[in-house]
Amino acid sequence: MFGILRIAYKLLANDRAKFTALVMGITFAVFLMVQMTSMFAGVLSRSSATVYNVGASVWVMDPAVQTVANSIPMPDSVLDQVRSLPGVKFAVPIYSGGSLVKMADGTYQAVTIMGLDDTSLFGRPVMEAGRIEDIYGENGFIAVTDSEYTKIGSPKIGAEFQINDHRAKIVGLAKVSSNGLFGVPTLYTTYSRALQYLPNSRFTISYILVEPKSAADIPAIQAAVARAGYVALTRDAFVRQISDFYKYKTGIGTNLLMMTVISFIVGLSISGQTFYTFILENLEKFGALKAIGMTSRELVAMILFQAGFVSLTGYGLGTGLCATMIWIARARMPDYAAIITWGNLLLALGMVVVIAGISSWFAVRRVLRIEPFDIFRG
Amino acid sequence: MGEVAIRAEGLTKGFGQGETFTLAVSDVSFEAYRGEMLFIVGPSGSGKTTMLSMVSGILRPDSGRVMIEGEDIWAMGEDALAHFRLHRIGFVFQDFHLFPRLTTAENVAIPLVIQRRDWGEALTEARRFLDIVGLGHRADIPPVKLSGGEQQRVAIARALIGQPDILVLDEPTASLDGDTGRNIIGFVRREVLNDKRCILIITHDARIFEFADRIMTMEDGRVTRIDQGGMAHVAHEGV
Repeated sequence: MFGILRIAYKLLANDRAKFTALVMGITFAVFLMVQMTSMFAGVLSRSSATVYNVGASVWVMDPAVQTVANSIPMPDSVLDQVRSLPGVKFAVPIYSGGSLVKMADGTYQAVTIMGLDDTSLFGRPVMEAGRIEDIYGENGFIAVTDSEYTKIGSPKIGAEFQINDHRAKIVGLAKVSSNGLFGVPTLYTTYSRALQYLPNSRFTISYILVEPKSAADIPAIQAAVARAGYVALTRDAFVRQISDFYKYKTGIGTNLLMMTVISFIVGLSISGQTFYTFILENLEKFGALKAIGMTSRELVAMILFQAGFVSLTGYGLGTGLCATMIWIARARMPDYAAIITWGNLLLALGMVVVIAGISSWFAVRRVLRIEPFDIFRG
Repeated sequence: MGEVAIRAEGLTKGFGQGETFTLAVSDVSFEAYRGEMLFIVGPSGSGKTTMLSMVSGILRPDSGRVMIEGEDIWAMGEDALAHFRLHRIGFVFQDFHLFPRLTTAENVAIPLVIQRRDWGEALTEARRFLDIVGLGHRADIPPVKLSGGEQQRVAIARALIGQPDILVLDEPTASLDGDTGRNIIGFVRREVLNDKRCILIITHDARIFEFADRIMTMEDGRVTRIDQGGMAHVAHEGV
């Protein structure tokens, strides 16, 4: 069979114009499909950045919360209730909110302020410069050196600026595992200072971060919190809820799906028609092979090999091109949100297999119908 | 006469249905022998190609049978029949049907490749057969760069490489000039025909009748006469 497949390869690859058109069609379709889904994966990943960066096992929140960026403040009594639950090892509040920083040159920059529990500093970032304890110092803030860091002038330790007419001083620099979605810098301070600096509603706790005594305690905690009128979500469930919001309630998911389907149709149209034309042009030759003694099974194997080879070549080039584009984009725009995940690659591979399957199905039907007698009589 | 190579019995084939039905071949019986070059002649539409297609296992007859070495080829299954054609019959098509994207040697090697022979071994054998047909020096170029006569010889080499007992040539001189046509058939007669091989040739070309052992004439789907050809009593040695 190796020799037969080698003939199939030579028939295909030596027809350079068609081979190029086929590979380019698949490459283009795969590039679009992977690019679209990667951008969406990047958006989804960043939309849950705070959840990953804080790292709590269980998050307690108002039932109306849909994303981590839009918290609904809860009263302090909820924190006391949660702390009193038997399965809770500890529970701390966290503040998450937006504000404006007035920089030394008088310009303003939107930032995200994270207020960590004063006692435990639970959810703290990884320090790069300075000490975490310095956050307790007067007007202390820690700046995250992510891709948005330059927007507040890349401040060093000791730099000062204003937040709501309060003096703020950078006492440390830190890094987090994931950048945020909205392209604004992040500052960490203590929970109490966040309340002091930022205007607040009657209730102040954005989320309650809970560490259960064991994973088995989580269902009981969730049930107890639900009885209190709130929701307790594990980290994965919260990430899933945020993803679902962006997928299904913002139109982003629908648009992405449409673009992916269009890419698929473009790929199918170009490659399917070109492959079918290639088969039609070689139909008499396939008939001659049949007359010489090739079985239908071997002819089908040739066609499937040709379709598979073109598809996988295009798939490899398409994913490679997409990875290169994302790499270049990230080099020039650090906050460019796109991630090529295994899911993206598998989705694109599945669609390429469908393109190859549909293209070869028509071709196989045509080739199986050709009679050697038709060739013989010319 | 040598042993019987092919025995056709009552071959009948029609095409179409109802008012469009045409009887292409009607109750044709004949025998062809090893060591024989049998020409099948007749006007267009007389059923030559249809008859030869049934004999060579590529068109199933409506009735009748084809016995080759005592075996009814039309009693075989699809794959067995393909296997039979691959190993026992060599075809030279009227339009050659060479693959323009393969080299001349790769074209010739195709039957061996289908027989699952090693690629390198098949190409070596193909070069040997190209040498036999005088085209060894053209092995690595695509057949589209060859003349009509050279392409015909490549097609013959491809038909011969599997060492078939039966060789079927359809209008082998149709696209060649007179001298080239005679040279080709002379070559087949001289180098290809041997005591174990039976060669069937469909032709309209009276200029090559002198190479035939027998000439079978068909009209309206029937065999109307079988004559001795110009080479009826000539001994031969071939590949």
